[in-house]
Amino acid sequence: MINLTLNGMEIKVEKRTTLLEAAKFYGIEIPALCYDEALSPYGACRLCLVEIGTGNHSRLVSSCTYPARDGLIVRTHTERVIKARKLLLELYLATCPSSRTIQDMASKHGVTTVRFKQKNEECILCGLCVRMCAEQMQGKAIGFVNRGIKRRITAPFAKKSEECRLCGGCMYICPACQARCQGPQEENPVCNACLNLSPPCLDYFQEAMCYMDPCVACELGTGRKAKFTY
Amino acid sequence: MEERTRTDLENLKKPNGSSVVSLLQEVQEKYNYLPEEILREIAKERDIPLIDIYSVATFYKAFSLAPKGKHKIVTCSGTACHVRGSEKVAREISRVLGIEPGYTTKDGLYSLENVNCLGACALAPLVVVDGKYHGNVTPAKALELFKMYTVHEKEEKEEAGCRCATAKELAK
Ligand code: SF4
Ligand code: SF4
Ligand code: SF4
Ligand code: FES
Ligand code: FES
Repeated sequence: MINLTLNGMEIKVEKRTTLLEAAKFYGIEIPALCYDEALSPYGACRLCLVEIGTGNHSRLVSSCTYPARDGLIVRTHTERVIKARKLLLELYLATCPSSRTIQDMASKHGVTTVRFKQKNEECILCGLCVRMCAEQMQGKAIGFVNRGIKRRITAPFAKKSEECRLCGGCMYICPACQARCQGPQEENPVCNACLNLSPPCLDYFQEAMCYMDPCVACELGTGRKAKFTY
Repeated sequence: MEERTRTDLENLKKPNGSSVVSLLQEVQEKYNYLPEEILREIAKERDIPLIDIYSVATFYKAFSLAPKGKHKIVTCSGTACHVRGSEKVAREISRVLGIEPGYTTKDGLYSLENVNCLGACALAPLVVVDGKYHGNVTPAKALELFKMYTVHEKEEKEEAGCRCATAKELAK
């Protein structure tokens, strides 16, 4: 077993557990776009960032790929982490606003504006479809091609693949394929129609003070100043 | 094509080239590009997913999926070359060939590539023709270089006389 500190708790986890799995096991939610329990971790979306270490030596790592180590001090909801997550979500909104998964995450994390140039990509290169096809469907029909800004997902020679069994697994798991609802903000790059949580405690403290997600007390109103009115 | 593929695969089965990159390098060297049917054959014979081969083939600039010209011209736009005016040189070459980097001339004679640093920055700006490095190139010098190659091409053509298969056979 490995002993580490997670948000101030002393916890024990099995060897080869990742920080994301450990946090999940202890009921702490970390947003993740490119992670799925059934697939190997890939570390592409960076949304699952957590802060390890303390003081000036702390740094952000992707929890889905970072293995638990003895004595590690992990914090999942520090000011720095949340700032980074929000920025990432803002970038994802700018890249692929048609995705419901991304819109929901943005609302959940209180991302209400997009300051970046709007794009309308159909893919965020999370690689879930590739891993789904290879690891669960034994297909190996699709993959990444090219590199840099030309990187994209396709079947070999951009033709119909002989390996593909049309199982639909790739579409099932794709966060960009989950089209957003045609709600009141249908045209806007950021929907926010169901915005519900931004820990107001962050106005007062460096770290969120509880692990409730969504935060029930905040929603009921604890008398504290809420960051967003809705 | 069938015949060609067979013998190639025999050769590729040699133990040394087990990684996809080295396999592709061999194919690229042989045909000057990566023919689709050969990649498909390799995938089958070696039991490598075709998509893995295709990914590698599209990742590296050294590989090409379209036939390349007889002569390969590479310009450099790395920092050193850029600072010393490689842009003008590249533009001049593009102009005389009438193609952008990444393309091949209609007659199939020249392919133009652009890379970021060839590792010979002391010679900047650099132009490589068929693996031969030409340093300190100016637009004028590039033009001269090009003329040299066209003359060479012409001579070769004349030597072969008529361009039919028999003539080529005789010229060997
Ligand atoms: S539909 Fe085809 S490409 Fe998609 S997961 Fe299934 S086999 Fe793979
Ligand atoms: S197609 Fe979908 S699942 Fe595949 S990489 Fe793009 S966003 Fe991810
Ligand atoms: S319940 Fe209290 S401590 Fe928890 S997030 Fe809301 S305001 Fe912060
Ligand atoms: S879930 Fe960890 S990087 Fe995407
Ligand atoms: S910059 Fe052109 S060779 Fe290095």
